[in-house]
Amino acid sequence: MSPSVRLQEMIRVIRGARTQGEERGVIQRECAAIRAQFRQADNGTRSHNLAKLLYVHMLGYPAHFGQMECVRLIASPRYNEKRVGYLGAMMLLDEKQDASLLITNSIKNDLSHSSQYVQSLALCTLGCMGSAEMCRDLAPEIDRLLRASNSYIKKKAALCAVHIVRKVPELGELFTPASRSLLSEKNHGVLHGAVVLITELCERNPETLEQFRKAVPELVQIMKGLVMSGYSPEHNVAGISDPFLQVRILRLLRILGRNNETASDAVNDLLAQVATNTDSSKTAGSAVLYETVLTVMDIKSESGLRVLAVNILGRFLLNNDRNIRYISMTSLQKIVQTDHNAVQRHRGTIVDCLKDQDASVKRRALELSLALVSAVNIRSLMKELLLFLSSCPPELRAHTTSGIFNAAERYAPSQRWHIDTILHVLTTAGGDVRDETVPNLIQLITTATELHCYTVHKLYRALIADISVQSLVQVACWCIGEYGDLLLRGECEETEPVQVAEDDVLDALETVLQSHMSSPATRGFALTATMKLSTRITHNVDRIRSIVSIYGSCIDVELQQRAVEYNALFKKYDHMRYPALSTTALGPVSSTAGGDLLDLLGGLDVTPGETRSYHVTRPGKTLGPNYRLFMTFVSHSHPPQSVQLQMKAPSGDVIPAHGLGQVTQTVLLNNPNKVSLKMRVRVCYTSQDFVCQDTVQIDSFPSPAW
Amino acid sequence: MQFMLLFSRQGKLRLQKWYVPLSDKEKKKITRELVQTVLARKPKMCSFLEWRDLKVVYKRYASLYFCCAIENQDNELITLEIIHRYVELLDKYFGSVCELDIIFNFEKAYFILDEFLLGGEAQDTSKKNVLKAIEQADLLAEENRPRQFFFSLLS
Repeated sequence: MSPSVRLQEMIRVIRGARTQGEERGVIQRECAAIRAQFRQADNGTRSHNLAKLLYVHMLGYPAHFGQMECVRLIASPRYNEKRVGYLGAMMLLDEKQDASLLITNSIKNDLSHSSQYVQSLALCTLGCMGSAEMCRDLAPEIDRLLRASNSYIKKKAALCAVHIVRKVPELGELFTPASRSLLSEKNHGVLHGAVVLITELCERNPETLEQFRKAVPELVQIMKGLVMSGYSPEHNVAGISDPFLQVRILRLLRILGRNNETASDAVNDLLAQVATNTDSSKTAGSAVLYETVLTVMDIKSESGLRVLAVNILGRFLLNNDRNIRYISMTSLQKIVQTDHNAVQRHRGTIVDCLKDQDASVKRRALELSLALVSAVNIRSLMKELLLFLSSCPPELRAHTTSGIFNAAERYAPSQRWHIDTILHVLTTAGGDVRDETVPNLIQLITTATELHCYTVHKLYRALIADISVQSLVQVACWCIGEYGDLLLRGECEETEPVQVAEDDVLDALETVLQSHMSSPATRGFALTATMKLSTRITHNVDRIRSIVSIYGSCIDVELQQRAVEYNALFKKYDHMRYPALSTTALGPVSSTAGGDLLDLLGGLDVTPGETRSYHVTRPGKTLGPNYRLFMTFVSHSHPPQSVQLQMKAPSGDVIPAHGLGQVTQTVLLNNPNKVSLKMRVRVCYTSQDFVCQDTVQIDSFPSPAW
Repeated sequence: MQFMLLFSRQGKLRLQKWYVPLSDKEKKKITRELVQTVLARKPKMCSFLEWRDLKVVYKRYASLYFCCAIENQDNELITLEIIHRYVELLDKYFGSVCELDIIFNFEKAYFILDEFLLGGEAQDTSKKNVLKAIEQADLLAEENRPRQFFFSLLS
């Protein structure tokens, strides 16, 4: 029976196995038989046994016991055995195996074999898995073959040399002279190999690159020949004459023309010719055009040529083939910064690609659209982006919201548009926005003073519709807390006003407080808003008082602490409630600890014993009669009962401007049990007719304090 | 090109050609992950994807996926043409090639690939030349066989 059929028979049996276990059994038996065969003397079946082993290897089973067999077969005088041996070497031996060195000698011999097919096997194997050591050993042989052999061998030697140069870059010098002369060959295979080799040499060695710049005219000629020649059946692919060679030449010209005026000039005409004469209806032509565009954009081309290149990309965007659309967008992305205006002309098509089915195309279209946003097109482009957001794939949402916010910030034509846009995003994709969105939006709303009524109306409506999107709910609560009075007034210029009673507003806030969907942070916002409303409404202050006192025993520590503070405001510091909760003013609003109040910790008086005094300085501001110091404890569980706080009267009512004076208020802290304390200090004051407040948190007191 | 993989719709590997040195373990891991990624793609999606730091070009012909990993400077569209050229060569050699041909004659599929690509680059851009060389090599292999069985290797 023929050995080859035995191989196929084995394959059939393996495929017929019904379970993994059965397959393993068959393979174990076969491998045992193969091992036995390997040990026997040459009986003419060695190549087929190795072939069987290679099949088994491809299925994922270990086959290292075949390595030595590969070495033996490669050394065989029979071509069919050599062939399988070399195949085995490429599959089972890589440069990390010691056995690979053993074949170096065989390869060396085979490189000078009388049969070109044997030479070919050696070249192929060396070019596929040759280690650095093997490459060093055999490089001179390869160089010899580059110079004196037939085209069949030359083309392979060239590519083998490419591999050698990748492994041992210094050997590039060895191949440079031979590769230069290869450019005058007519055989396309040899030319292709030569161009690939020269590209590799030039990329690694700037001197070689200099040398080969002289070859530019020759390369241009070859290219012209390909583009303008008539139909050549041997190399024609979809109407393009040898697109593989054209693409490689274009790539080499790119490397040669980069940063070099002379070389770039020499190819300008050629590139224009290729761009206009290449038919892009099939992939082959598009591949050539694509490479042309890459080359135009990378070398020093004249502007007309650049525009032509961008237009090619624009045409690609309209191509039915999705691959070509994707390639086009990848290229446009690379040049959108440098050739912005040229790319803008294709904005419409790019935006259309947002609706493509393919997620990678969508992503590219999104990135390009964001890069193309400008003051001129912001309104129309934002419409498209918001539309995209409502149906975009989940993995792109965060990127989209981020991009939309950045664009809105840079180019918003009006504050109202800006607020509307952000609200739209929060309603559509509020779960995928960055953390800073909430404070940023609050800041934006604060500064848009004429829109407070409009904004609070919009946010109120959004809140009663849906309380699941945390970012939106937080901003809505804050806004209602700040501008609730505008809501209750029942009139608004910019939008239809709501007719709500105080109870309705409090209902909305309480729903947020009680909902299991609300995060702790959101609840905090809702509670604070409720508290703030106590100074903006007239009838339901008692209701607010009761809400606040309920949350004084809430499990959530943050919320509890807040509620306790607000309770305190109601009970002991009611006279401070208005100033503390009044509308946040413009000016240095810092929601983080810091700002001008850092002076709080300057001038610490460490008096021995159990009391501490703090000096509050507020340079540069005039304090009006509303100056108040308001301090609370921040602690892990409850306000520590052992600690007593006594606030003395401030030394004055007014702090002169420009650092010309200070007001000192002493606070005595009695901490007999020496518990660790954190405090939050809030200062309310009037500055230039604005009521301001600053907050700072003291996280630790210096240790010798107590 | 760094490597080429051929696999079926069920994820069974039919051919693997590696042009970069990697351990068996790494090859298996890459194969497993890439096969999963490509099989998860929907039919309407484009043939290119970014995977790790490589570009991957793939195309499905009947029940077989042809998948190549290329470097960043390589041209994706011409890689599609390379894949297509290889399929054409197989088709001419086997006569209307199908997956079973490649399963039962895997070593021939490799021989054809090795006559077309060397070190990951195209050796000859003429279909005719590549086919002729394979034909000649097959004849040489026949002459060299110790037994006297004669096969027609060209369908």
